[in-house]
Amino acid sequence: MTKARVSKVFLLPEALPLDSGQVLEGAQIAYETYGELNSDKSNAVLICHALTGDQYVASTHPITGKPGWWERMVGPGKPIDTNRFHVICANVIGSCLGSTGPASIAPDGKPYAMRFPVITIRDMVRGLVALLDGLEIEALHAVVGGSMGGMQTLSLAANWPTRANRVLVLASTARHSAQNIAFHELGRQAIMADPNWRHGDYYGSDARPDNGLAVARMAAHITYLSEEGLTQKFGRRLQDREAKSFGFEADFQVESYLRYQGSGFTQRFDANSYLYITRAMDYFDLAEEHGGKLADAFAGSTARFCLVSFDSDWLYPTAESRHVVHALNATSAKVSFVELSASAGHDSFLLPHDQLDRVVRGFVE
Amino acid sequence: MTAPNSRLRFDLDAIAQRIGGQIGKAAGPSRVLDIGCGDGALMAALERDYGADVRGVELDPVKVERAVAKGLSVIQGDANTDLCNYPDRSFDFAVLARTLQTTNRPDQVLDQLLRVADVAFVSFPNFAHWRTRAALMFGGRMPVTNAIPISWYETENIHHVTVEDFRALAAEKGAKITREWNFANERAISPLGANWRAEFALFELSR
Repeated sequence: MTKARVSKVFLLPEALPLDSGQVLEGAQIAYETYGELNSDKSNAVLICHALTGDQYVASTHPITGKPGWWERMVGPGKPIDTNRFHVICANVIGSCLGSTGPASIAPDGKPYAMRFPVITIRDMVRGLVALLDGLEIEALHAVVGGSMGGMQTLSLAANWPTRANRVLVLASTARHSAQNIAFHELGRQAIMADPNWRHGDYYGSDARPDNGLAVARMAAHITYLSEEGLTQKFGRRLQDREAKSFGFEADFQVESYLRYQGSGFTQRFDANSYLYITRAMDYFDLAEEHGGKLADAFAGSTARFCLVSFDSDWLYPTAESRHVVHALNATSAKVSFVELSASAGHDSFLLPHDQLDRVVRGFVE
Repeated sequence: MTAPNSRLRFDLDAIAQRIGGQIGKAAGPSRVLDIGCGDGALMAALERDYGADVRGVELDPVKVERAVAKGLSVIQGDANTDLCNYPDRSFDFAVLARTLQTTNRPDQVLDQLLRVADVAFVSFPNFAHWRTRAALMFGGRMPVTNAIPISWYETENIHHVTVEDFRALAAEKGAKITREWNFANERAISPLGANWRAEFALFELSR
């Protein structure tokens, strides 16, 4: 394996205060940048990644060797044009690709594991804002995020209303629904039921809770797809065989695909990070943070907003985006919204889509 | 029709000039809501020529995408259900161009227009135009004309309306008609006999 490319790392100069009341001392944030920052620092675009995403938005992933997760959207001449914009993408606090998370070493010299404080989406954004402070970027030209990245984007717009002039939210929500929480709990229980999890203290050992993490990923992956997409892709076709085995091997292509997704995921992601980040998402309720009224969350904002949903997304369906749009209307914010047609479900925002490209390009420019 | 510097459609042009003439009287930019804004031609003109603060609502996602790609603030939504989400008098002007006849309840939409804005502009094809009448009277078939170009079975128009019907609706709603335009062959005509002669009508209303 080639040596992993090391991201830039920002050491937070001060302790990071958290919503839980705890503080995170000596935290660091790993990030990637693309394109040049102009002299008055007015062309920065912050991209917020999804649950299991990372800072490698438009560069090769150091572990998998695969292209960046949004390479088709970010680059020279692409909808988020790095000839014009200075794109920043950071690994969130709590994650495991260079930013401080449960796998990081605590001040006592041992990994945090489950001693890592429970974090929220707003805590992740606090980390991102600290990074912007460190880079001396006063106001972003735009902040962009899909799924969990969209939650961070909304949180930044609500809590730091002067830090971004444009706010683009794709396939996201202002709160996690009971169904969203239920699926995450399924994943967490799968991890914690793995005998190798050992209450999170698996870092020194060779035995990791990979089985639990793979099951969590498989369950989550189903929520990212649509019935139509799955049927188009796999139907009931069998995998490498002519007939059913009358056993519990992966007879069907869809089973084989999910197993592949699950096992691939364990190579690049930390099980405890999965626990912490899903918890942060479950706690997310932007209205609750602002006295129960979502419109009040955006009362101080002068940014332009754009929300995009996909008609086959049942994880964060269109109604969730509309809910945000109505709140923005009520505060007279400048807002655009479009529901795009796509068959791939929640994952549609990551896949080729000409209309999405035009909306992103038009809005960010 | 969507070329950047092409002229606005005649009813939109009349609205743009009328709004433009009134802008600047109030402090700050005038706020306009364009319902059924299509790809945003009127919105773009109002922003560009008069510095207005313009928002749009459009049902067709393809048109919304085109408008958003131009940098306009457009929400994909339905005039029938979404206007209730805007606070009272949140706009100076509301525009409903060639959309009234496609709504489920034009009377309720008119109420909403006059609730969210001080002044409303409504344009529609006039079903009492002589060509329409002739088609019905002599052909006995649903008219297909310049103004109503799509056959009855595939048109979006579900509530055909005439100039006289609209005046009556406005009166019933207690709305004041502060100005009226009539058009035939894409040109303004005098209001004399408009119910016969106008292919399209445009009304400016207020409470």
